Amino acid sequence: MHPPSSPAVALDRISIVYGGPGGYEAVAPTSLAVAQGEFVAIVGPTGCGKSTLLNAAAGLLKPASGEVGILGRPLAGLNGDAGYLFQQDSLMPWKTALDNVAIGLEVAGTPRPDALARAAQWLAKVGLAAFGNRYPHQLSGGQRKRVGLAQVLIRNPKILLMDEPFGPLDAQTRLIMGNLLLELWAADRKAVLFVTHDLEEAIALADRVVIMSSGPAATIIGDHAIDLPRPRDAMEVRLDKCFHELHHGIWSQLRGEVLKAYQGTAA
Amino acid sequence: MTELSVSRPKLIALQVLVAVLLIGFWHVGSSVPIFGVYILPKFFFSTPGDVAMRIVKLFSGTMIWKHLWITLTETVLAFVIGSVAGVVFGFWFARRPLVAAVFDPYLKMANALPRVVLAPIFMLWLGLGIWSKVALGVTLVFFIVFFNVYQGVKEVSPAVLANARMLGMNERQLFRHVYWPSALSWMFSSLHTSVGFALVGAVVGEYLGSAAGLGYLIHEAEGVFDVTGVFAGMVILAAFVLLVDAVVTKVENRLLVWRPDAAGRT
Ligand SMILES: Nc1ncnc2c1ncn2[C@@H]1O[C@H](COP(=O)(O)OP(=O)(O)OP(=O)(O)O)[C@@H](O)[C@H]1O
Ligand SMILES: [Mg+2]
Repeated sequence: MHPPSSPAVALDRISIVYGGPGGYEAVAPTSLAVAQGEFVAIVGPTGCGKSTLLNAAAGLLKPASGEVGILGRPLAGLNGDAGYLFQQDSLMPWKTALDNVAIGLEVAGTPRPDALARAAQWLAKVGLAAFGNRYPHQLSGGQRKRVGLAQVLIRNPKILLMDEPFGPLDAQTRLIMGNLLLELWAADRKAVLFVTHDLEEAIALADRVVIMSSGPAATIIGDHAIDLPRPRDAMEVRLDKCFHELHHGIWSQLRGEVLKAYQGTAA
Repeated sequence: MTELSVSRPKLIALQVLVAVLLIGFWHVGSSVPIFGVYILPKFFFSTPGDVAMRIVKLFSGTMIWKHLWITLTETVLAFVIGSVAGVVFGFWFARRPLVAAVFDPYLKMANALPRVVLAPIFMLWLGLGIWSKVALGVTLVFFIVFFNVYQGVKEVSPAVLANARMLGMNERQLFRHVYWPSALSWMFSSLHTSVGFALVGAVVGEYLGSAAGLGYLIHEAEGVFDVTGVFAGMVILAAFVLLVDAVVTKVENRLLVWRPDAAGRT
């Protein structure tokens, strides 16, 4: 096994270039470590390279330079220790919610009846016990995200990569989902790399919030420890005085980048 | 698309009305002289009554069932063989870009060829029995299924594919759980077209040279200027097409329940 001290995810000066050498450098050499059991949120202006960074941690993208270490070993190929909740809809539309959740176990060799039984339990955990035989198009955006969460968590990955998992949801549902995530995470403390564009959400959920600069050649320009006590409630924590101080400090840094990104696309 | 806002009985009533009007016009034109002339002379257009009587007469004999059976057999064989070949080649080409690139111009050429010109060659090769008709149908069905399966494999959403990989699927499992269902859905979306073309292949083949089938029936009637027989054959063919299409719709709704557009349909 891996030594307990090695970080779950260690991005070591990775840079990512789209379109081969001489192409578009989305991410300039960037380092980021996520300790085991740590919840890290990445915040940054749109198009800066947050998804790109997660894809590198998942092994879906090969960095042009630098190395990705997973649990102390260099990553080659896909990251089998990670579960990845994608930004886009990625459920298989031809499978029911139940089959979508069960598939991760099935392909790993679990007999189908057992896989289905466990999948039903997971659907119940995300509050969708009654929706097992619905197809993705018969579910709301938030329900689809919850099925996706169950689909990823049922495989019990050591590392959880989440790309704006609550992106298309309304503010109230985001709070409920945030609490659900905190509850599930508290149960076995996976390492989490969580991308969001909502700074308040990042502070409410994470142990650390890192800020990315606007692209091209984006990199991490801020790393803020969030020392709010746990267990937290995603809603109530926002009323905390420390929350406001943290928010104020991080926002003053983030605002500049968001403006730069906006001017970059507007120009 | 705009939603259909009439109730089902009303829709059927309107559809029947169209038929009644058409047949009524046909009947008046062919049987009632207007200022001494028939707009639709009997010799060229027959009359609805005669055609109906001919159909009844045909169905009181046993030969018609044999013709229908032959045409159905040819259609089914053409559809099955064309589909299997289309699926196999569609997958192969989609997963092997080099093969696809090499054969691309030849496929386009073959697909642009009017199939009717092939009919005599098939008869030369395969004789006047059912297989020359099946071959004609296959050349039509194959390309439809081939292009749809190819598209289905190519157009799998990258997010769904990446997700499936991250969930631990190997190549074989990807095939079974991702590529195959996607390709199948594209293939079934063209089911009406491909079944229709299988039937066209069979009937055209029979028409051009055979001793049985609906196409032969029509051709034979045409040979002796038996317009009533031609129309009777056409009506039977049309009813046959509707029947086959209804079966296809049933199958389609069963298999594509997961699709947003299929779900609302009844
Ligand atoms: N396949 C690709 N080819 C070329 N450029 C790409 C590709 N994918 C992303 N990019 C570019 O890389 C940059 C970073 O993209 P990325 O998707 O990582 O942004 P993001 O931070 O996740 O944005 P958002 O918050 O909008 O999801 C963008 O400028 C984008 O245009
Ligand atoms: Mg993104």
